[in-house]
Amino acid sequence: MAKIKFVVNNQPYEVDVDPSARLLDVLRDELHLIGVKEGCGEGSCGACTVLVNGVSYSSCLTPIANIIGKEILTIDGFNKTEQYRIIADAFAELGGSQCGFCTPGMIMSTYALFLENPDPTEEEARLSLSGNLCRCTGYNSIIKAVLEAAKEGRKRGIKW
Amino acid sequence: MKRYFPNSTVKIDNEEKMAGKAIFTDDILCQDALYVVFVRSTISKGKILRIEVPALPDGYHYIDAKDIVKENVVSIIFSDWPVFADGVVNYYGETIGLIAGPDKQTVLDLVRKVVITYQEETPNFELKESVFHKHFAKGDIAKAKQEADFSYTETFRTSLQEHLYLETQAMLMWLDGDKVTVKASMQCPYYVKKAIVRTLGCDPDNVRVIQPAVGGAFGGKEHYPSLLSAQLATALVKIKKPLRFVFDRTEDIAFTTKRHPSQTTYTAYVKNNKITGIEAHVKLDGGAYIGCSGVVLARALIAVVDCYTIPSLEVNGDVYLTNTVPTAAFRGFGSPQTIFAFEMFINHLAKAAKADPLEFRFTHLAKKGDITAVSGNFHDEIIMPQLIEKAMEMSDYKRKIKEYNKPNSNKGIGMSWFLHGCGFTGSGESTIINAHVKLVKEADDTVHLYTSQVDFGQGNRTTLKKIVSDTLGYPEHLVFHESPDTDHTLNTGPTAASRTIIIVGYLCEKAAKHLKEQWVSGKRIEIIEPYVAPPYIHWDEETMQGDAYPGYAWGVNIIEVSYDPLTYQVHVDGVWSTYDVGHAIDERIVVGQSDGGIAQGIGYGMLECMDIKDGKFYQKTISDYTVPTSMDLPYMETVLIDNHFAYGASGAKGAGELTFVGVAPALCLAIEQAIKRKINKIPANPEYIMELVENGKD
Repeated sequence: MAKIKFVVNNQPYEVDVDPSARLLDVLRDELHLIGVKEGCGEGSCGACTVLVNGVSYSSCLTPIANIIGKEILTIDGFNKTEQYRIIADAFAELGGSQCGFCTPGMIMSTYALFLENPDPTEEEARLSLSGNLCRCTGYNSIIKAVLEAAKEGRKRGIKW
Repeated sequence: MKRYFPNSTVKIDNEEKMAGKAIFTDDILCQDALYVVFVRSTISKGKILRIEVPALPDGYHYIDAKDIVKENVVSIIFSDWPVFADGVVNYYGETIGLIAGPDKQTVLDLVRKVVITYQEETPNFELKESVFHKHFAKGDIAKAKQEADFSYTETFRTSLQEHLYLETQAMLMWLDGDKVTVKASMQCPYYVKKAIVRTLGCDPDNVRVIQPAVGGAFGGKEHYPSLLSAQLATALVKIKKPLRFVFDRTEDIAFTTKRHPSQTTYTAYVKNNKITGIEAHVKLDGGAYIGCSGVVLARALIAVVDCYTIPSLEVNGDVYLTNTVPTAAFRGFGSPQTIFAFEMFINHLAKAAKADPLEFRFTHLAKKGDITAVSGNFHDEIIMPQLIEKAMEMSDYKRKIKEYNKPNSNKGIGMSWFLHGCGFTGSGESTIINAHVKLVKEADDTVHLYTSQVDFGQGNRTTLKKIVSDTLGYPEHLVFHESPDTDHTLNTGPTAASRTIIIVGYLCEKAAKHLKEQWVSGKRIEIIEPYVAPPYIHWDEETMQGDAYPGYAWGVNIIEVSYDPLTYQVHVDGVWSTYDVGHAIDERIVVGQSDGGIAQGIGYGMLECMDIKDGKFYQKTISDYTVPTSMDLPYMETVLIDNHFAYGASGAKGAGELTFVGVAPALCLAIEQAIKRKINKIPANPEYIMELVENGKD
């Protein structure tokens, strides 16, 4: 066991856990951040996507020891921002969420894409979200929603 | 932001799901729950001679068949699947027992230390002995055979498919006083209730099933949770502590039910370029237990000639048992197998007859008043010609099919036509289900709808609520669709068989009409609306003759592909679909069903490969069982054409399965054109395409 300090959704935390514990388990079991989902446990489905210092990570593959002193953003914190609202409104309008299990990860990956590239093409959006599996939507509405959110962001002059 | 679907409603659970606030089974806090891990068979067939359980620390429990309270059987349509294996095992992974305890890691370690001694027997993996046979005939097949200009025979195979819902199977069960109480990732809360009542032999009032959010199901949570709930209930009444488990992905892929593999052989008799008769034999692999396979076979057989009218038929179907994980419900329920086979067959047959496939198929397309395969009637207007015309126009089909026929083209375009019977097969809606919708207006004038329909992504709870508010002409925010809870809802039947909108939706509309008539402000009014079958529906379950479904939805898929002759890989370049779902209550929701059904169908048709070696699946994870990603699919275009159904809410029929059943043939017809070879099985993955290109027939 080790005491590990990090920041989650702008709040500092210190947890006493096995340093090899998965970030996913620490977020869900210790901090009760249920928006982070486990779909595969091997980094293949993207349901557990969080941002670590602004970069998307599969929290199921990330040992907690790797994020000492780093800043984590999960859907549970991101959902309070204007940036989330723009992405979520576009998902709602196009129908980008069905069963909803992949959606938090999908939205976090969309935000990670916008941090790097606020004006993606369809191809870039598809490539960027290809690590996030969805079994319900065929990605049709999701890709359209990502491009719609990018457009809305530009219209509002949002800083991603 | 632009309104893309101006007449659609935002789904009732949309915001909580996007914001990560929806409570799925694994999100429910229950600190004192014991963790459950299953002890499974490590052989495919044999007798259990001895079970040696390691010494269990305090607070840890082992449960198996000897703890069964009343009946060691899972209540599924045909109840032959034991809750826990008792003396014999019939497939690799069959549940023998379980261990429950406070620490998950300790439980896992203990399960690994359970030693089971078997007397192994030779397992069967072939379709050898039929355990369930169905037969029906139509017209005079002997005459067709005798007078035919020629006959043509072909066999088609389809493989296993894994549902791969994103949320794995999960369950939480506890005692509330004496009452067994369950929350689980499931699609049929009343099936779960029935399974618990049957294995415990208890009073139904002593079981309560509460529905949390569900992360996808597609049929994979229709029957399997019945098994899991019977196992947990057996443990719960003994241990008397809350129990829970969440499958990890490898466990879910390895041991939960799959789509039935199939083998279908057709012989067509042709005279003057018209099919006068067809003989068909459909074989399904049911895995180790029959379960719902008989009903899956019935749906496969009813769809045996898809949306065409053939004057004479001789149809046989069999379910075979093999020593593998049982197969069960999956979107389409048997019809994707035969629709794939028949669409490929009729195209191949047209070529053999040297006829234009489009014209040849069109000549045989079903029309209103025609006699169906099972000698019922197509009572309603069939608008397939409009659907076909529109889809061809959207995709520029006629130009492309000519252009891609050129010798050097590596592109192809394929079109499938299909139908899907909505609701339970035959008289099942009245005899088996008998749904009752409860609609209550409270004294405060809020309206509460109670159904047992589960929303695992389809948006059906929003749609049903919308039917009520539209019928009442009452604001949506004053209408509440309560989440299924067997203590408060009536049984409106399972969320399966594309029945939610056509059956339950219609009941909701009728209930709302009755409420409107009796409406008095400030007074509580309760309406109970029972199911009544349309009067013209007649069905004989034994002979499989009559009107198989209350109504049919229809569709057309057109898929365009390009093929790389170096890697044998196929890329989907375009998808266009038109559907008659009667009337879309909410267009965004129905288009979403189309998008998702097509993606799953493309996976089924060319990507999703699940092989069995010695009774075990080769594919173990999401990395080796590959489903479509955002890179594998293009934009998809869908157009809905209204065709009012007299017994549907605002004319609506079903849409959930319709969007899946015709995808594989449209895709494979496109691949055939691109590779200039005939396809007889799915998935048409690069390995199979290579084999065809090297050795196949034109």
